[in-house]
Amino acid sequence: MTSPHLGTPVSPEAKEVDYIEASKGIWSWMSTVDHKRLGLMYLWAVIINFIIGGVFALLVRITLMTGNHGDNYFISAEMYNRFFTMHGIIMVFLVIIPSVPAALGNFVLPLMLGAKDVAFPRLNLASFWIYVLGWMMAVSAMVFGMVDTGWTFYTPYSSTTSGPVSLVALAAFTLGFSSIFTGINFVATVHKLRAPGMTWFEMPLFVWGIYATALIQVLATPVVGITLVLLTIERSWGIGVFDASKGGDPVLFQHFFWFYSHPAVYIMILPGMAIISEIIPTFSQKTVFGYKAIGFSSVAIALIGFLVWGHHMFPSGQSQLASLVFSFLTFLVAIPSGIKVFNWLATMWRGNIAMDTPMVWAVSFLLLFTIGGLTGIFLGALSVDIHLHDTYFVIAHFHYVMMGGTITAFLGGIHYWWPKMYGRMYNEKVAKIAAYLYFIGFNVLFLTQFVMGSNGMPRRYYNYLPEFQAWHIASTVGSWIIGAGLFLALFNLIASFRRPKDAPDNPWKGTTLEWQTQSPPIEHNFHGQPVLTRAPYDYRKPVSFEREIH
Amino acid sequence: MLPEQGSQHARNVDTLFMALFWLNVFFFVLVTGLTLYSVWAFKRREGVKTPHITHNLALELFWSIIPTIMVLGVFFWGAAGYLDYSVAPGDSMEVQVTAKKWNWTFTLPDGSIWGQKIQLPVNKNIRFIMTSNDVLHDFYVPNMRVKHDVIPNRYTDVWFKAEKTGELHVACAEYCGKSHSDMWAKINIVTQEEYDKWLINGPPEWDKMQPEELGKIAYEAYGCNTCHSIDGSKNTGPTWKGLYGKTEKFADGSTTTADEAYLEESINYPGKRVVAGYENQMPNFEGQIKPKLFKGLIAYIKSLK
Repeated sequence: MTSPHLGTPVSPEAKEVDYIEASKGIWSWMSTVDHKRLGLMYLWAVIINFIIGGVFALLVRITLMTGNHGDNYFISAEMYNRFFTMHGIIMVFLVIIPSVPAALGNFVLPLMLGAKDVAFPRLNLASFWIYVLGWMMAVSAMVFGMVDTGWTFYTPYSSTTSGPVSLVALAAFTLGFSSIFTGINFVATVHKLRAPGMTWFEMPLFVWGIYATALIQVLATPVVGITLVLLTIERSWGIGVFDASKGGDPVLFQHFFWFYSHPAVYIMILPGMAIISEIIPTFSQKTVFGYKAIGFSSVAIALIGFLVWGHHMFPSGQSQLASLVFSFLTFLVAIPSGIKVFNWLATMWRGNIAMDTPMVWAVSFLLLFTIGGLTGIFLGALSVDIHLHDTYFVIAHFHYVMMGGTITAFLGGIHYWWPKMYGRMYNEKVAKIAAYLYFIGFNVLFLTQFVMGSNGMPRRYYNYLPEFQAWHIASTVGSWIIGAGLFLALFNLIASFRRPKDAPDNPWKGTTLEWQTQSPPIEHNFHGQPVLTRAPYDYRKPVSFEREIH
Repeated sequence: MLPEQGSQHARNVDTLFMALFWLNVFFFVLVTGLTLYSVWAFKRREGVKTPHITHNLALELFWSIIPTIMVLGVFFWGAAGYLDYSVAPGDSMEVQVTAKKWNWTFTLPDGSIWGQKIQLPVNKNIRFIMTSNDVLHDFYVPNMRVKHDVIPNRYTDVWFKAEKTGELHVACAEYCGKSHSDMWAKINIVTQEEYDKWLINGPPEWDKMQPEELGKIAYEAYGCNTCHSIDGSKNTGPTWKGLYGKTEKFADGSTTTADEAYLEESINYPGKRVVAGYENQMPNFEGQIKPKLFKGLIAYIKSLK
């Protein structure tokens, strides 16, 4: 049940018609240009894909409970290779990259800027349907036997193996356009639709994060698009761009691929960090420490992030000079992330902290992302990376940053903006239990993998040496715990639909403009153009549970 | 946390690894400690007004500059070890390595070709010059802390100097398809004398062994086991159980009796006649298997009734 510090319930009858009630019928949703409805549709699509990708992960982990499959197996090596490939492809392209920008960014960004919608609402609608098209292409590949290339599609394996590789590659190519259009839309929106009085340094930090992400989406995504098209052409016509016997180079694929895919991981984490920059000041009821540093660090990460792709390729055959330069720059890109963590901690210091569900997720993020970021140092250090490359250490590292970071923040953001999106609160107690199960399960699942990796357990292995079995079994048990936590969180959110729409405008006493609307907002967000009267995170004047703008 | 240290380089890498481990522990404890302390000490109380602290230049410079210096130090330390790893000493003994789906083949300086298990001398710089016959693979020796991708139509290298005798596990560390995780090799590090003797005679155990036993060694050493079962089950290639003497049917409809001549042909030039129902995937082994082992292989197959 909601607690008194979240405000008194507002009678649903007293509320104006909200954006969900504004029009009815499936066509009104399918053809909507309302950023809030599009945000919800993206949210549920991402959740469905998260479940599918998660099921593949559970299957991978079950297969790994034994390391010696011999001749009697339930899941064959070929099937296993497809499971980990589909897990990666779905999670990267259908879940994490769209998650925060498309689901939460779409919903919250215009509200935070005091705008009626994004700059190009119809482009936004197109962006969603392009996502659905790419999604259906990927799903159909599952019907046609899936692919076994790994989500990284390295040549020559991917240019020669059988299966619907080109279909999956073109699915990712299609999804790339969804990402690019979203990026274009957000850049234009941030430049042009800020409320009067909102200078760049009076935008919420969530906007800075989404903006920096949008820059990467627009600049980097075309590269992976073309790379995947080249792969398709290589498969169909053997032009030889990745085939040394014809004068091409298989390692060139890796350069092209990682030139996007490294910035892509910043597309994944910057929005997550942006959410944390909202949750922490709100639940500490204290202004953000180092606003400019946090804002600029997002842009710095976005820019430097384009210069480090070769750290995925230290043993690949690239030159020593390249490896030295990439390692050096990789260490530099770590610094802005560290600055953010210190600034968040300084924000909490001497705050007035309520450990409501969103803050539980934010604290979880701090601990898990810190482990992820710190373990990246091992991988940036050249001599150590040579040992750890392509081992479970890498798998553990990137899951700590992508899942322990982005997904944790995403779940925190969902729980933070849920009352705004649906006008209802969820059961706090159950939500917190889910968050704790997630945290415990996550660490059991992935901490074990650091140890396996440093002991020499390679990635993408169906069979393995007996010394690793106990660790693998423990890791699999962790996957069940985290699965339970995630399903509990989902069912709890769905169960909130049975509650009355009685959430106050501003249950968490936030200072940003989205809380100056009804929960849920009316279709056009505000009555007229709001003017900024309170700088973000300025708690010097008391904040009310009711909106100040009417 | 780490495998056995097979070389000085392994020890050097581990020193940096452990330094980073403690650095990680320090910062993790710091961040976690501050987080949990704050959550406890600054718990929500009604009526509390929080201080409006927007920044602190000295503090921010401190926690920007110090970590930058630290990570640059780590960069130089890692780069030094990397430069050691990436340039083999000029006096290195050279071993040619061929990777293919899904086994390793080694060619020693005397020209002899070996399969999954080889012996190499201790306290010698050994440089592996590697190429792939098909897709990307990676030659990873955990105890030496070295690995490098193996690429088609190109040569790459990796080197180490083993400082003690014993067995080294070699794993493929670049995903290469179905049997990626079965594509391992074993390098037995032995004294120079034992190595020299082995080059000529094969390992001493071979002199006392029956041909069928030598055949079983070849069955594993050359990776036959990744595609051919010995218990009748169907795999990438036909089972060897009951193979000798049976009438084998080929894709083009012709047949033959599987006698010694056929077995020899299908080991050396398997593409000449492919058994019906199987794909032409087996690489040629002509010239690759030591004569003692080759004869043993034929005897071994004959023994599998």
